Amino acid sequence: MDALSPILAFAAAVAIGGIVVAAMGRSPAAAFVTYFIAPLSEIWSLQEVALKAAPLALIATGLAFCFRANIWNIGAEGQFVVGGLFGGWIAVATHGMAGPTFWVLPAMLIAGTLAGAAYAMIPALLKVKLGVSEILTSLMLVYVAELLLDYMARGPLRDPAGYNFPQSVTFDDAARLPYLMEGDSLHAGVLIALAAVVIATFVLARTLFGFEVRVLGASPRAARFAGFSDARLTMAVFAISGGAAGLAGIAEVAGKIGQLQPSISPGYGFTAIIVAFLGRLSPVGILVAALVIALTTIGGEGAQIDLKLPLDLTRAFQGLLLALVLGADALSRYQVRLVPGVVR
Amino acid sequence: MRIIYGALVGALALGLAGIQGPAQAQTKPGDKLKVGFVYVGPVADYGYSYQHDESRKALAAALGDKVETSFLENVPEADSERSIESLARSGHGLIFTTSFGFMEPTLKVAKKFPKVKFEHATGYKRAPNVSTYSARFYEGRYICGEIAGKLSKTGTVGYIASFPIPEVVSGINAFMLGAQSVNPNIKVKIVWVNTWFDPGKEAEAAKALLAQGADILSQHTDSAAPLQEAEKQGKLAFGQSSDQMRFAPKAQLTSIVDDWNAYVIDEAKAVLAGTWQSKDTWHGIKEGMVVLAPFANMPDDVKAKAEASTKAIAEGRLHPFKGPVVKQDGTVMVKEGESAPDPMILGMNWYVKGIDDKLPQ
Amino acid sequence: MTLDIAQMIVVTILAAATPLMIAALGELVVERSGVLNLGVEGMMVLGAAAGFAVAVETGSTLIGAMAGAGTGLALSALFGILTVGLAANQVASGLAMTILGLGLSGLVGAGYVGLKREPAPHLYIPGLTDLPGIGRLVFGQDGFVYAGLALVAGVSWFLWRTRAGLILRAIGDDHTATHALGLKVRKVRFLAVLFGGACAGLAGAYLSLAYTPFWAPAMTAGRGWIALALVVFASWRPLRVLAGAMLFGGATVLQLHAQAAGLGLPGQALSALPYLATILALVLLSLGRRQGGSLAPAALGRVFTPHR
Repeated sequence: MDALSPILAFAAAVAIGGIVVAAMGRSPAAAFVTYFIAPLSEIWSLQEVALKAAPLALIATGLAFCFRANIWNIGAEGQFVVGGLFGGWIAVATHGMAGPTFWVLPAMLIAGTLAGAAYAMIPALLKVKLGVSEILTSLMLVYVAELLLDYMARGPLRDPAGYNFPQSVTFDDAARLPYLMEGDSLHAGVLIALAAVVIATFVLARTLFGFEVRVLGASPRAARFAGFSDARLTMAVFAISGGAAGLAGIAEVAGKIGQLQPSISPGYGFTAIIVAFLGRLSPVGILVAALVIALTTIGGEGAQIDLKLPLDLTRAFQGLLLALVLGADALSRYQVRLVPGVVR
Repeated sequence: MRIIYGALVGALALGLAGIQGPAQAQTKPGDKLKVGFVYVGPVADYGYSYQHDESRKALAAALGDKVETSFLENVPEADSERSIESLARSGHGLIFTTSFGFMEPTLKVAKKFPKVKFEHATGYKRAPNVSTYSARFYEGRYICGEIAGKLSKTGTVGYIASFPIPEVVSGINAFMLGAQSVNPNIKVKIVWVNTWFDPGKEAEAAKALLAQGADILSQHTDSAAPLQEAEKQGKLAFGQSSDQMRFAPKAQLTSIVDDWNAYVIDEAKAVLAGTWQSKDTWHGIKEGMVVLAPFANMPDDVKAKAEASTKAIAEGRLHPFKGPVVKQDGTVMVKEGESAPDPMILGMNWYVKGIDDKLPQ
Repeated sequence: MTLDIAQMIVVTILAAATPLMIAALGELVVERSGVLNLGVEGMMVLGAAAGFAVAVETGSTLIGAMAGAGTGLALSALFGILTVGLAANQVASGLAMTILGLGLSGLVGAGYVGLKREPAPHLYIPGLTDLPGIGRLVFGQDGFVYAGLALVAGVSWFLWRTRAGLILRAIGDDHTATHALGLKVRKVRFLAVLFGGACAGLAGAYLSLAYTPFWAPAMTAGRGWIALALVVFASWRPLRVLAGAMLFGGATVLQLHAQAAGLGLPGQALSALPYLATILALVLLSLGRRQGGSLAPAALGRVFTPHR
């Protein structure tokens, strides 16, 4: 039942989607192939699925620490943006610089991670020191971060030779993540995400810290009795999730985008929250969930091109799929029993 | 078990289980040409992306069986490379990337697909298989300025602006110069809304401008909300990107319509004929890329004047930025008897004298 | 500044505040019952699309508004089944509703792009509406504005003057204890979620039927998220929602007026203001807690399963 429920939910979503597609006068079978099979049949699109999944998996893995501890950082989108902004700032500042450049990329990655972690410290500190709900503060800070990036990309970090258009210079090669395969799209950010999944799996399952996180989530009282500091743990899980989101942000900027723009994320930070739950807060499950989401996004583009199906259909399908998987998951986890004839 | 499953999917995604190589686009002259379009907004925005999609439909209608068109909408600029490449891979021989932010991704994909032709709107970087194109919107704005200068009773015109990029700034300047040419004391009040599309905020900006004494509105944002607000209050306004007459039949004076149809069709024909070449196109009223929607809601003399000026611009007798053009601080930017060179217009980041606003930086 | 410009500005602010106010009041009731619905933006945009579509088909603004509220309610029913019925995570489910709502709104609205309707009629009472200074403000609004104001009073009365309101607040503060008392925690929460969805849908319909009377994709432009911020800013109190909505709407409107009057300010900083103000309000609230200030519903966002 545990492993079956997401598959059943997926089948239900596909069935409903198929009915809608048929109602729109297209072949459901062709749509199924375009959405789910075609992206897996070419090396190029497999790379693209991996590329799209990498930031989702990296952010969601960080968030798993938070959510397991029952701490609700929903501002990963903002931490992603801040990570990209501050890491990218180094690339802009060192653009065209003479002298050794081997340190630029590591410095960018570190700066992005630290910036994301530091930005996550705002809701963490407000929660620990003042008891302010982290759900709301972290959400509000997303918009502040987006506006900050917008301002920087249109103002101070704008390419001076770019006709006042709102984007920075394109980064030097020393400030770009290296490509892994021919075709210049699969970059090393994918490896970072995979490494994060492996490390997180180990930390959560095999270390005292991972144990503390789980205890705090399951029973804050027990955690206190055991002598774990919930303030310290709260700060730690916020730092981990913020750092992961910041790293994902700079990896996206240094890998795929290659410059700063007024907007650098199509909502990865929010999608990652859903990915974290679809993956049941386990790093490996998160990796699978991220790949599925990436697959439907890329399949959705194929459906627009090949079948002329509107983008909104893909979005609605994704929303429906998520809702059904979440529901089925909850159904199997909590074992809600339907007892006929009994009024409670 | 779950770990094994995960590792399997991970390996799949890393491309270790690739089944076949990429399908390269092969377009020979004479074949059916697949033409792809990438839009930054929804085709239903009834503004910029909508107008581009009209050209896609016009292309399909004009060339019929010789072409097949497809589009991707709502493509985020930071995540556009894959979208462009998926069109290139699925056999499209000509791809229009219609937003400035698609510039770098277009160039990158173009490098990988030397046989595919790319057309990037409003950018400034080209390659052997990447052309750029844009429209001289400022020409239309000059005419609008003239009309507003003639018709404003309060002597104050409202201008709803999006972002201080050169296209918008040169539009404001051309509008002001046009207005000053018929009414030297005209005032233009500018409101920056920091968005291309937010009907609510655009309506609020329109209300603010009307409350502060403007009786004519011009906008460089995409929704019809300002026009509707003007209509509601019995004031006048100019449309944007497409003919928005149906939203405000009593308020729209004219609209600066982006007409990409001819250009898109010509480029597709060139690819079909094998004569396509990389170039930069910046067309205006003369070539029909900038079209003014039928003049309405104005007296005949104003209409006649607007029509005459449109003709003069089309015939090259009138240049919106003919000298003397003077900056706010009095510096002469274009001397008497000359007109502004294209690079100056393309990089414009200053206001002409008479505009009482500070350009946001 | 003349009296009429002042009135004009207040009228504009009230109009800008109305969608925020209606959506936030719905979410306030949801959160008071202990559920966090992050799908407000999705329900709002779906309400805008469906409201406009139905109004075009029937020619009636009222039926359109009801359809907007109805579709918001329908989407929130799905949310309620997930979060209240199945105890799925509220944050993830709410975000899924936003994605679903955006997609569905595009599908519903696709056939109605580029159509226009007359805006919802404004009240006009000869004599009274023409009163200088306050006539248009008090006697010249459209039905949504009056409905929104009535909602403030209604929600306020319900939460603090009725037994059902007391139960709802109690459930939001401690679902375990209220469940032990025999109160129907899940039923109350589900009804609260439905009310919140209907309000979000109505707020969306206001945008497409009255404020800017046409349909355009994603026309809510983030107002659902501002409504969420507003609930917190108002510390879960209806009257403060009214004040906060005027403040949030007013910040934008006044900034645009300031620009039109020639006083420029950086746009991004002002756009960030509602969010920063909300964080500040949260901090002040928690500082004031020792003096008996208002609190967030204690069970907000917590999953409730009767068997555990």
